[in-house]
Amino acid sequence: MPSPYIPNTDQDCATMLRDIGAGSIDELFQDIPAPFRDVPFHLPLPLTELELREKLNRRSRQNASLDNYACFLGAGYYRHFVPGVIGHITGRSEFYTAYTPYQAEASQGILQAIYEYQSLVCQLAGMEISNAGMYDGSSAAAEAALMAGRITGRKNVAVLSSVNPRYREVIGTYGRGQDLTIHELPPDFKGMPNESACLVVQQPNFFGYFEEVKRCAEIAHGAGALLVVIFDPISLGLFPPPGSYGADIAVAEGQPLGNPLNFGGPGLGIFTCRQEHLRQMPGRVVGRTTDAKGQTGFVLTMATREQHIRRERATSNICTNEALVALAATVYLAAMGKSGLRRAAELCYHKAHYTAEAISKLKGYSLAFKQPFFKEFVIRCPQSPEKINRILLKEKIIGGLDVSHLVDNGMLLCVTEMNSRQEIDRLVSALRAL
Amino acid sequence: MKKNKHYLLPDISRPGKVGCQLPELDVPAAELPPREKLRQELTLPEVSEAELVRHFTSLSRRNYGVDTGFYPLGSCTMKYNPKWHEDIARFPGFQDIHPYQPADIVPGALQLMFELQELLAEITGLDATSLTPMAGAQGELAGLLMVRAYHRSRGEDRRRKILVPDSAHGTNPATAAMCGFEVKTIPSNGDGNLDLKSLVSLMNEESAALTLTMPTTLGLFDPRIAEISAIVHERGGLLIGDGANLNSLLGKVKFGDLGFDCVQLNLHKTFSTPHGGGGPGSGPVCVKAGLADFLPSLLVAKDKKRYQFTSPPRTIGRLGAACGNFGVMVKAYTYIHSLGAEGLKEVSENAVLNANYIKEKLKPYYHLPYDRTCMHEVVFSGKKQKARGVATLDIAKRLLDYGFHPPTVYFPQVVEEAIMIEPTETESKETLDAFIEAMIEIAREAEQNPELLHHAPHNTPVRRLDEANAARKPNLRWKMK
Repeated sequence: MPSPYIPNTDQDCATMLRDIGAGSIDELFQDIPAPFRDVPFHLPLPLTELELREKLNRRSRQNASLDNYACFLGAGYYRHFVPGVIGHITGRSEFYTAYTPYQAEASQGILQAIYEYQSLVCQLAGMEISNAGMYDGSSAAAEAALMAGRITGRKNVAVLSSVNPRYREVIGTYGRGQDLTIHELPPDFKGMPNESACLVVQQPNFFGYFEEVKRCAEIAHGAGALLVVIFDPISLGLFPPPGSYGADIAVAEGQPLGNPLNFGGPGLGIFTCRQEHLRQMPGRVVGRTTDAKGQTGFVLTMATREQHIRRERATSNICTNEALVALAATVYLAAMGKSGLRRAAELCYHKAHYTAEAISKLKGYSLAFKQPFFKEFVIRCPQSPEKINRILLKEKIIGGLDVSHLVDNGMLLCVTEMNSRQEIDRLVSALRAL
Repeated sequence: MKKNKHYLLPDISRPGKVGCQLPELDVPAAELPPREKLRQELTLPEVSEAELVRHFTSLSRRNYGVDTGFYPLGSCTMKYNPKWHEDIARFPGFQDIHPYQPADIVPGALQLMFELQELLAEITGLDATSLTPMAGAQGELAGLLMVRAYHRSRGEDRRRKILVPDSAHGTNPATAAMCGFEVKTIPSNGDGNLDLKSLVSLMNEESAALTLTMPTTLGLFDPRIAEISAIVHERGGLLIGDGANLNSLLGKVKFGDLGFDCVQLNLHKTFSTPHGGGGPGSGPVCVKAGLADFLPSLLVAKDKKRYQFTSPPRTIGRLGAACGNFGVMVKAYTYIHSLGAEGLKEVSENAVLNANYIKEKLKPYYHLPYDRTCMHEVVFSGKKQKARGVATLDIAKRLLDYGFHPPTVYFPQVVEEAIMIEPTETESKETLDAFIEAMIEIAREAEQNPELLHHAPHNTPVRRLDEANAARKPNLRWKMK
């Protein structure tokens, strides 16, 4: 059967081979030593669209899709409302079938979209500049630590123990290449390790609670280190942005801005910093300029920081990033606007507090921490969270993350605008009935 | 593409407009923290949904994608992306699942990942795969961190040099530097192959690995690959592949057979998951058994029909907070299943046929630095035209006027005025002929009317852009008060 994706007919192939002066396709592969050529491949037999749609639909239905469950799982990946308009815009194939905009005149659409993304993200985070985006929040945090190392010429990185453990691991992986030493500090730390490049804090932290970020900034800056903040973009609808309390580099997972969960990927690494550090910033960046006739246009710029020009002296090896996810975030922020984002953040805050209060009144349950929180909090359960989650599943509820290795019988719950009162009440009664 | 007056979001923003509604609060309001602990000022654009759609639709019309037309961007494999693969990735059971859901309620996703690991291992002829790297460059990072961990585990920490051919992608040396290695460059010889003498002299007890793109970025297969592999391995090094050019070997040749110990793939190139305007990509890394223990976490393992995430015993660690770009994996999985072994072979055969056809047809008009059979892409030099004062950049910009996306230009750096054309297998002979005709016409224009080329493009939404000024006076955002 001819393939829908290979238009050459037998006649075309014959004509082309004749014009090339080759007797057969095999002749084109003569540079490859014969023993390596045309070896057997043990792969499944091909299926048509009709068959694969059916097979994969069945496969996808084996997964507990969140549209059938009440979900209280967060911990870095969040279920927020995704306005339908976003998919229709990211679904325009002029965007999604293009690549990195190397030829600016044919790529003004994606270039301007990235410029608007950089602008919106700076407005949101209260920071001066942003790059075009990185892989995810954790790798953006790791690149921030490497960047702080380059700026300060120091090899120690201090990370608060309340930072998402997976982010801490990724910082460790990236840091190993540069021989950085990672120091874990308790949230009530008094001072920085000697010769620290940066202090990494998460606001709100992994458990959902607000850190004393101003104090962190003072201590870090006092020791000549940079302050790296990992923020929750939705929280910034209601709470102060990292730029207002002294962040030198601020990063985030951008998935909550208009993207589905996709089992954790693709995400988006938001990366913002101070203007003075532009030349040490990793990743692509789009700038505004003019064309030969004086019209406004956009180009990839500051490329002398990047791998394709600088090779081993580049600020990072990053190349392909997450442009389409950044486009979704751009549309999201524009669609929500200032009142929409504030509303989303308020809904999260009030619903999370309603839930926390109801659960803390249940016999055997209590809140693990007393600090103010945003949309996540830790409850201490009367038995193992794993067991509780298994029982909740039968009620079509996906409970919170089991953090019992960090907090005794602790469960990290997340409540967003997606959780209706009915869902929350269902969770509370299910916990009561245990 | 459309020429129109150009607006930014702040230009169309008016106080009081909204683009989306959220429901009223359905629980009692909690007490908010004191005002000084709240955000005082948040300025974002205010636009209605219809205006938003017009704004972004207008932007999309100023953009060129594979669906718009021929996009022979060398080294990027801009093939057509089947539409229904997008539909499959959007099935709720794939799209609306959280990465930390317990394994027993996402068996379909884990099975898909497990099988994709196996499929990619079979396609590359290697033993194990980690799907977690989120793009090719992160796959390279994984590869070289594994190289470092491997040598350290054998007490050979002194191996701190990575050999990189001069024709390599910039990501190769950049990655080596990120992993704390010193980069040693190996020149290409007159045929475009690796200079073996230099390899022999540089591959010593301080060298950790050779990173090699095969076929090379010149679009050529190095017939002495077995010899290269032997030199590297005999001297205790590893052979690390950049899988950027897999589209020419798909279903015909296995990296493992060629002697590679580790290869990173680009699912968005070879396996037809769209490029997204610059991502998301996905850069799985496949290795021989000897490196499997060092793979980045997480992997998916199968234990008596039950799938679960695991971490290899001596893993280099995590590269991301989840398990990689799952949404991209679904499309690659679908692609492999829709083609099968025979279909994959047809891909590489037609990709190579199309590239050689362009090479033969354009050879009389453009300088061909390596006049031999090419693989999936062909690299010309614009030096004939340069002699008449027309740069490769002018040729590229003029192609835009003919309605084509230009090839990759000025890469690889070892070719003067390089023009790197990768047609891919999804293009018809009619499209190739139209492109060839345009290139020939441009060669003629370069002789007869060079001015026309110097000022190209003429028909795009904007004319040639001032890149120097953009870098000199960086304007990287708008500000809204």
